[in-house]
Amino acid sequence: MVGLSSYRRPLPGTQPDYLFPPYASTVKRAPTRPLVMLPQTLTELTGPVFGRDEVKPGDADLTKQHKGDPIGERIIVSGRVLDENARPAPHTLVEIWQANSAGRYPHRTDQHDAPTDPNFTGCGRVLTDKHGSYRFVSIKPGAYPWRNHPNAWRPAHIHFSLFGPAFATRLVTQMYFPGDPLLPYDPMFNCVPDEGARNRLISVFDLDTTIPEIALGYRFDIVLRGTGETPMERRS
Amino acid sequence: MSLHATTSQTVGPYLHIGMTWLIIDNLAPKGVAGERISIAGRVIDGDGKPVSDALLEIWQADAEGNYDSRSFRGFGRAATDAKGAFSFKTIKPGRVTGPGGKLQAPHIGVNVFMRGLLKQLVTRIYFPGDPANADDPVLALVPAARRGTLIARKGAGKSVSLEWNVILQGHDETVFFDC
Repeated sequence: MVGLSSYRRPLPGTQPDYLFPPYASTVKRAPTRPLVMLPQTLTELTGPVFGRDEVKPGDADLTKQHKGDPIGERIIVSGRVLDENARPAPHTLVEIWQANSAGRYPHRTDQHDAPTDPNFTGCGRVLTDKHGSYRFVSIKPGAYPWRNHPNAWRPAHIHFSLFGPAFATRLVTQMYFPGDPLLPYDPMFNCVPDEGARNRLISVFDLDTTIPEIALGYRFDIVLRGTGETPMERRS
Repeated sequence: MSLHATTSQTVGPYLHIGMTWLIIDNLAPKGVAGERISIAGRVIDGDGKPVSDALLEIWQADAEGNYDSRSFRGFGRAATDAKGAFSFKTIKPGRVTGPGGKLQAPHIGVNVFMRGLLKQLVTRIYFPGDPANADDPVLALVPAARRGTLIARKGAGKSVSLEWNVILQGHDETVFFDC
């Protein structure tokens, strides 16, 4: 693989296993046979490229997709997409989706007894700039109940989907909000043992990106796999 | 400076809101060189029930085995329907190099996303009857009894040339990779 080196293995405890019974849906969907270790070949070390013709500037403002303003607390969500070597991931596609401020998705399978908002779909996308930076305008999503266990509620969250430079760097994650009292009870947030890794899923309130009289700013940096050995592998 | 990759989380049940704005289930419109194929299949869970809320992404080389082709994008994305079914129209990829510079058999990389998966499943589609399968360096890592789950079957329908399913659990469980 001339010029292409492999992506690192995750630090133990920072990525979920497939089977995680506290999240009930994993039980019938997680593989039961051992995974086969795949050497990273050109197929894994290359990946799709997305262009400006697919992503328009307005796609990053979820409050301007309909005639009126959506109900809710307006927020700016911004950050950088980096790799594990702290190098920015430029011009990479970031897709987001989220519930409205009442905790409802405009989706045929969402039966939560909360109002939909005709002025909010909850879908956005953007390409990072050359520094790996992205920025969305949205409204703060609401918490909502789910049937995973009795009295289960998802903390407020925004789904993020990222590509990075390769098939092997593909990442889907969720961003949470600081101080959410539901976080300790949420099996998805608690799916990994590493506390630091969990806490990195929580955005940081940021006065610098807060727009006076307009919107609260939250920062959320995302780290994709990087090439090279992990420090742990180097020691052994 | 060393950082750690952000923890993966599930796409959840409402993935369609954020991801189906971009559906590419025909990778080979007019003008793309190569042998036309269609691949259709279903995603089945551990109870044998169809998974109606899955999303598959595929990544493949062009007919010459190039990933940086200007005339062929190589990326596809499709969601399953109520019957757990998905399909792609594409071209058969050429051979690309693998470990140690050895050529791999033609194959398509697949990422599978769904509610209940805290991170995507990684698998591959190989082609039935391709003589290169016999010495493919990745297939060789798979126990012989399970290799067949990665190789598509010739389809029965008129419009379907290949059938390949994602079986999440059980006797015929698809081989998934740790990559």
